[in-house]
Amino acid sequence: MSVQTWTYILVGITFAIYIGIAIWSRAGSTKDFYIAGGGVSPLANGMATAADWMSAASFISMAGIIAFAGYDGSVYLMGWTGGYVLLALLLAPYLRKFGKFTVPDFIGDRYYSKVARIVAVFCALIVSFTYVAGQMRGVGVVFSRFLEVDINTGVIIGMIIVLFYAVLGGMKGITYTQVAQYCVLIFAFMVPAIFISIQMTGNPIPQLGMGSTLNDGSGTYLLEKLNGLSTELGFAEYTSGSKSIIDVFAITLALMVGTAGLPHVIVRFFTVKRVKDARKSAGIALLLIAILYTTAPAVAVFAKTNLINTVSEQPYREMPEWFKNWEVTGLLKFDDKNNDGIINYTSDKGNNELTVDNDIMVLANPEIADLPAWVIALVAAGGLAAALSTAAGLLLVISASVSHDLIKKIFIPTISDKGELWAARLSATVAVVIAGYFGINPPGFVAAVVALAFGLAAASFFPAIVLGIFYKKMNKEGAIAGMVVGISLMLFYMAKFKLGWLGEIPDSSEWWFGISPEGFGSVAMVANFIVSLTIMRFTPPPPQEVQDIVEKIRIPSGAGEATQH
Amino acid sequence: MDNQEKQQNASAYWKENVRYLFILLSIWFVVSYGAGILFKDALDSIQIGGFKLGFWFAQQGSIYVFVVLIFVYVRLMNKLDKKYGYDE
Repeated sequence: MSVQTWTYILVGITFAIYIGIAIWSRAGSTKDFYIAGGGVSPLANGMATAADWMSAASFISMAGIIAFAGYDGSVYLMGWTGGYVLLALLLAPYLRKFGKFTVPDFIGDRYYSKVARIVAVFCALIVSFTYVAGQMRGVGVVFSRFLEVDINTGVIIGMIIVLFYAVLGGMKGITYTQVAQYCVLIFAFMVPAIFISIQMTGNPIPQLGMGSTLNDGSGTYLLEKLNGLSTELGFAEYTSGSKSIIDVFAITLALMVGTAGLPHVIVRFFTVKRVKDARKSAGIALLLIAILYTTAPAVAVFAKTNLINTVSEQPYREMPEWFKNWEVTGLLKFDDKNNDGIINYTSDKGNNELTVDNDIMVLANPEIADLPAWVIALVAAGGLAAALSTAAGLLLVISASVSHDLIKKIFIPTISDKGELWAARLSATVAVVIAGYFGINPPGFVAAVVALAFGLAAASFFPAIVLGIFYKKMNKEGAIAGMVVGISLMLFYMAKFKLGWLGEIPDSSEWWFGISPEGFGSVAMVANFIVSLTIMRFTPPPPQEVQDIVEKIRIPSGAGEATQH
Repeated sequence: MDNQEKQQNASAYWKENVRYLFILLSIWFVVSYGAGILFKDALDSIQIGGFKLGFWFAQQGSIYVFVVLIFVYVRLMNKLDKKYGYDE
């Protein structure tokens, strides 16, 4: 069977499963819709969190980015896993004990203020929309290559699917679909990785294969070989990287703290029964995430070595089938500058003739390694699972922010449960349409946009929540000022140095402290902390009953069920 | 327990909790920011198999330690909950 047929079959089966689960677990109340009824087991929650977490960026782009960035790519590996330690130790158990539906719920109640709630809602919306745009784009990329439709049609198909199960099932539908999606995506990621690891090093475990000797009888270590190939072509050594230490440090910190501050991740810990379940499911989630995250750097090394071996200094007309396939999508470009018919791949921009988009490394990897057709199709199904599961989780946060935090808590407090459920469904629908628009007209390539969402989350939520739990005397004036300053500073830096909204994008030598926009979230977070703590000193302390709430959330027993008031 | 005892129990529990957090987060910092970033170049002079040690910490080792840290935390806290009667 051809790759095409296999893709239709596998994608068709997985989509049927997702829709089946969505119908079976549709939401009957707002509690079902926001927190899946509050009775999800730690294992199911861990799996759902992992699928929610591992986005199109993790599945499709990350290994590719690492393949081209080498050591510099470590920022994503450490950043997107280390945040779970912060989440498990500093946030999840206490937020679960607090027992509300959304992150703005916590901010609004802990800081006894409608203004704080509204600021938090806007932060949640900005963060989630930035993030979801990247997901829809990822869906489009996968559809366009494997189903041979254009990227925009791909985005629209993706929108319809997500719309179906997010609107119908809410958090309950999403959680159980995500459990299935985790299985699909991890299987789809591991199978080709194991195949290629055996092919190149003889070791079936990619994590070890990466550090083994090559299978060709030379006795050279794979990483040594790749370092050699990279320097030969004029690039930096693969294991060294070229970013400054301070920038690597700042990006890693921004991604870690951002992870812990992302509303769609935090909200997952509201769905379990007890505080100890929240801790445990954070551990399970990270374990399941780590399987992919420790494999990705191995895939990066395999793919990069394979790519260089296949294309470098080879005649264009002898290129394999996959080369032509990816040229059609525009993600792989060959420009024969010296007209010798040979592909010159080098770090020198003037002579380099090959441009490879980060995104295709994982998708093209099985083809480059000449794996069977069903494996290639499996990767397509996995990429879709990753993108859809994250998009659905984000849409839920967006719809809950609007229907619960704005409509129910601010505008129409008398709305009935049924009415609120319909409002939630309606806002999910609107959110899908907006996300689809961003997917079709993306503000940048997938991972860049996603990385900035972390900066925004780090700059706004993390300090407010941590201070809210660990510092009883933190008051509303301090928290609100901190959030506003943090997120504004981050937005300003993004606009100036990344998006070019304030005139031409300045040279990287003008970065503040030498820190890139991706890493600036850590600076904005520090600013948030400083502003919060300073303003707090000059304003009245929080009322006694709020300080009592803080005492209560520090004790794990008696969490009960999440409630509205 | 009367109210005052309850209060004391709660603050003793919180103190121990914060001490655990401090220790675990120090390890978290050392394996990632320490071994994987700040001292990466120095550790790279040590080679284990095909891996330079600093590079290994940045792309593999730190992640393994993160997973272990959370499960250690879960165990410690479950014990602590029992010790102070907050288990359920």
